[in-house]
Amino acid sequence: MPDRSGQHWQPSCDRALLRARSAFYRSIRDFFAARDVLEVDTPVLSTYPVNDPNIQPMQTTLQTTGGRWLQTSPEYPMKRLLCAGSGDIWQLCKVFRAGEAGRKHNPEFSMLEWYRVGWNHHQLMDEVAALMRLLLAERFPQLPELRISYGQAMLDFAGLAVHQASDEEVAEIGRDCAGQDLALGRDGWLDVIMSHRVEPALPADTLVFVDDFPASQAALARVTTDDNGVAVAQRFELFFNGAELANGYHELTDAVEQAQRFEQYGGGREADQNLLAALASGMPDCAGVAMGVDRLLMHAQGKHSISDVLAFDWERA
Amino acid sequence: MANYSTNEFKSGLKVMLDNEPCSITENEYVKPGKGQAFNRVKLRNLRTGRVVEKTFKSGDSLEGADVMELDMEYLYTDGEFWHFMATDGSFEQHGASAEAVGDTVKWLKEQDVYVVTLFNGAVLTVTPPNFVELEVTETDPGVKGDTAQGGSKPATLATGAVVKVPLFINIGEKLRIDTRTGEYVSRA
Repeated sequence: MPDRSGQHWQPSCDRALLRARSAFYRSIRDFFAARDVLEVDTPVLSTYPVNDPNIQPMQTTLQTTGGRWLQTSPEYPMKRLLCAGSGDIWQLCKVFRAGEAGRKHNPEFSMLEWYRVGWNHHQLMDEVAALMRLLLAERFPQLPELRISYGQAMLDFAGLAVHQASDEEVAEIGRDCAGQDLALGRDGWLDVIMSHRVEPALPADTLVFVDDFPASQAALARVTTDDNGVAVAQRFELFFNGAELANGYHELTDAVEQAQRFEQYGGGREADQNLLAALASGMPDCAGVAMGVDRLLMHAQGKHSISDVLAFDWERA
Repeated sequence: MANYSTNEFKSGLKVMLDNEPCSITENEYVKPGKGQAFNRVKLRNLRTGRVVEKTFKSGDSLEGADVMELDMEYLYTDGEFWHFMATDGSFEQHGASAEAVGDTVKWLKEQDVYVVTLFNGAVLTVTPPNFVELEVTETDPGVKGDTAQGGSKPATLATGAVVKVPLFINIGEKLRIDTRTGEYVSRA
């Protein structure tokens, strides 16, 4: 609950953190400038909401603005820029997700998102690792890297052969993690297992890239078949010391398939017609990634809570 | 009782879990970027003291538990119930069963004040203060001059509790006992 007493007018973080953030932003700008990636700025308020059922967008009032949606990431407008021929682009912006508040979450947070034309997700992981090594260098001069498929991580750390297991086998391990039964589908239980059993077991002080997600968790990534003939998403997540820092895709460019996914997974929200039209006009082959900058700053500075790196956290905002 | 949603879970909130009253001790929000949001919650069963960890889907809710904690003075036992009276001037009285009193029976002294936890109006648990002062009713005779190190011996206190005490302690002396460890602290 917001505090209305006025007693908490002071910042959540100290002055050293204000400086650390400023240095962070400068490093990020230099990184992309040196690589000739164009910085862009897209609208925060959009006509269409995000089409991801697990992300709750915020909305402005109908009376003032016709009920515009606050962005939960700049993904859709940045893809429209790509379709319009922008070439490689990056953006650092504020995004908003209703209800996401906790030690590692603030409902308003800073996101770094970028796209590389002609790249696949493996090339993009290389670049993400390079940026991580730049931003985390002071605290972690040596930063080993592990790349592991979702299936292998589930097998190694939870004993689950995820692509072969039945829904009931998945649910059984999930219930064991949760300590009780929950109203969840297969992917929900997989999220439980991933967050309760796999993430805590990943090697510490290591950039861990998990890729080849189940096709059902593809979101806006391409789906291909792996070496064993299993359909997997060309999607990766970066985990570092128990936190999820980035999520990237070899981007889906097929407008028809995109429309189908919106229909299938969109949670009944209105599909972004501008995005679909842009994709229909042709999106270049590309890879893209979104990164939580506040959380990254937490790790770079060894802070326990996201409030420790924000000028004013949600309660003080 | 009202229902509480996961976003209202905070340390100290009393809720019902599997028909047992519990106190929430920790609540961590977990949200994979593209996945389901959860709350990992630690709850202490108020009857048994056992801590369990449960995961909830964010937005799930639990019924509140009608739990009250009162400062109450111990009055007497009739053999079946141990009777307490509120110290707030209301003279409200409650009888606690042997199960509710549990191990605290070892530290019950008339007119001392205990925290009595009521669940649906009945006594659930009785918590002693961290330190109590009790008289020694039985022990081997004290060894004069032995005031520093050396061995220990058992002593029975007025409540029937048996604690280890230094050799120099005599019958009739008042001792300060840490109820959390059941250990002798000092002469009172």
